[in-house]
Amino acid sequence: MTALQRLFRFHGGVKPAYNKEASTGLPIAVAPTSELLVIPLHQSIGGMPRPLVTAGEHVLKGQRIGGADGNVSSAVHASTSGTVVAVEMRLMPHTSGLSALCVVLEPDGRDEWIPRQPFDFRSATPTQTRDYLRDAGVVGLGGAVFPSYLKISPGKQGKLDTLVLNGAECEPFITCDDVLMRERAGNILKGVAIMREMLDAGQVLIGIEDNKPEAIAAMEVAARDANRTAGDSTIKVVRVPTRYPAGGAKQLIRVLTGIEVPHGKRSTDYGVQCFNVGTAYAIYEAIALGQPLISRIVTVAGNVSRARNYEVLFGTPMRDLVALCGPLPDSDRVIMGGPMMGLLMPDDSVPVVKAANCILVGSKSLFPAPPPEMPCIRCGDCAKACPADLQPFEMYWFSRAKIFGKAQEYHLFDCIECGCCAYVCPSHIPLVDYYRFAKSEIWARELVKEAADVARERYEFRLLREEREKQEKSAKLAARTVAARAKAAAALADAEKPAATPEQEAKKALIAAALERTRTQKELVHPENTGNLTPEQQAVVSTIEARRAEIREMAKAHLRQDD
Amino acid sequence: MLAAILVMALGAVVLGAALGYAAVQFRVEGDPLVEKIDAILPQTQCGQCGFAGCKPYAQAIAKGAAEINQCPPGGDEGIHKLADLLGREFKSLSAEHGIEKPKSVAVIDEQACIGCTLCIQACPVDAIVGAAKQLHTVIARQCTGCELCLPPCPVNCISMQPIGESVETWKWKYPVFKITPAQREAA
Repeated sequence: MTALQRLFRFHGGVKPAYNKEASTGLPIAVAPTSELLVIPLHQSIGGMPRPLVTAGEHVLKGQRIGGADGNVSSAVHASTSGTVVAVEMRLMPHTSGLSALCVVLEPDGRDEWIPRQPFDFRSATPTQTRDYLRDAGVVGLGGAVFPSYLKISPGKQGKLDTLVLNGAECEPFITCDDVLMRERAGNILKGVAIMREMLDAGQVLIGIEDNKPEAIAAMEVAARDANRTAGDSTIKVVRVPTRYPAGGAKQLIRVLTGIEVPHGKRSTDYGVQCFNVGTAYAIYEAIALGQPLISRIVTVAGNVSRARNYEVLFGTPMRDLVALCGPLPDSDRVIMGGPMMGLLMPDDSVPVVKAANCILVGSKSLFPAPPPEMPCIRCGDCAKACPADLQPFEMYWFSRAKIFGKAQEYHLFDCIECGCCAYVCPSHIPLVDYYRFAKSEIWARELVKEAADVARERYEFRLLREEREKQEKSAKLAARTVAARAKAAAALADAEKPAATPEQEAKKALIAAALERTRTQKELVHPENTGNLTPEQQAVVSTIEARRAEIREMAKAHLRQDD
Repeated sequence: MLAAILVMALGAVVLGAALGYAAVQFRVEGDPLVEKIDAILPQTQCGQCGFAGCKPYAQAIAKGAAEINQCPPGGDEGIHKLADLLGREFKSLSAEHGIEKPKSVAVIDEQACIGCTLCIQACPVDAIVGAAKQLHTVIARQCTGCELCLPPCPVNCISMQPIGESVETWKWKYPVFKITPAQREAA
């Protein structure tokens, strides 16, 4: 049921030669297992998973070998059963030609699965479902490899109006989604049903470019079945005009729903969420079959005699896959992805990863070196072709002049690097190369600035702490001085008081005895001139005594006054 | 005549009062120029500039007491930024303060460390953990590569290791084209 859906137009876009027929003639073949699989731990956007296995360990097919680390990260699994030979740095499928941590697996040929059981997402909590999908390693298979569990957060963003399934596959040469839809439409739709239920989505729009009639037919049949099973008609297959890059998420959403997602917003803010058809299939496998993501459909095309789609285990060297397709003798490069957005590989030994939708074999005759870059003539063709509504020439001038702040003001980070601007540029300026350069410089600066801010904060805290410690130390010292003084004073007082040692006791007794002696002697001796006095004499003495007492009293009063 | 003088005097008093009020009410705490200079400096706190840290150096630049080319970790790029900010002429890095080195982190040789804590006391950003007679280690993420922990180590067990590029930190290069001379046709 091709819906009579009103379609919209996205701005710009180009119509390059599609070159898709070569690889759609044959059905999907399962690529033979290579002698050695090199499985990179970092295959998705976000943090690098931590290795869960060590060299020498035997692993089963589907066993987790890399555990998700951090909020944005996705697990990695053993693609087949075998022995871990090493966990070491190996060349990555990345233009830089740098290495990263990989698990090197020697298959034992038995291809023995871990125990698999379907995941009952209906009785699981949203968090359990998210954790399950994260640990099943499901990521977006359209090429961006964004962990899918972050997009499937049941009940988080409320009701989703439209679930968009991206089967546009707009880039030349790539046909992996096309053949997947032709051959496995039923299972894709089962995945869609699961996602719809999890996200509580209203309608489902499956957008497929009109240059894939077989895929559209297969998906229509499957959608009709799915609608009949569900008893409604919410799933619609929509034929979209073939124009690159119709498969960009924002572009497809625009075409199907007319919603233009503005700068700084997400499609979920407008009740739309977009998934690739391959991701829907991976979700079906993970939920309904209990199989983690260990393989994908990869198109091998370009300068080969037998272009075809293969189901490839992750970790398979690209060289083995290319060898199956009969590369022509003048082949000189391997590109991961298509001719517009693909990344040049450092060599053909790098492994197939989750992002590898296509292995494009190139040669000088197939992809001739671009003519030398000429000055920008300000024709504005790039702005007419830009599907993100940007001004590529402005971003180019500022990126070229390394005025990154200005380039960012022209929304450099909204650029999807689709390559339309460079495709139409009459001066053959590799515009996307300039944008990539500017973006990575800005990211690097951002990181340096963050590190400097952290260092400043830590340094200031250290100064603060040193100051506090100094104060605490001086306070302690002061307290100690006070205590010492008090002690000294107490010691002095103690010295004045006779201490109670036996010796001193004896001395005290001696002194007491001496005092006693003098006292008794005083009592015994009477002054002789006061004895035998006549009454007159007695009277004179008593008056003198009285006067003396009077004077003593007066003196006492005087002293008190002085006080 | 008198009226004119009075009007001018009144104007002076009113404006003076307004300025005085603004000076008190809208007083800017700290020196905004120092903050701006400090934001450009790399915060390694290494002291190679001859000051006790990045902030004192920033203060010295703001006062005009120091040149802008005394910060080796900031490199030429940092000097360019300072020159732009201060409207001064660019000067290449002064040799007496050191040379620009690739960004490195300190690594402690754990076999040789005797646990003396001297490096911990030297680290300006507290990026070394350990205790007396216990093994020390550097928190690589926090290390600014200032090299201040190297001299105090009595057993010379700390080395500086340059941080290599990883797939995550790799940068796309500036597009460069080889210009090849056109093939001359044989006459």
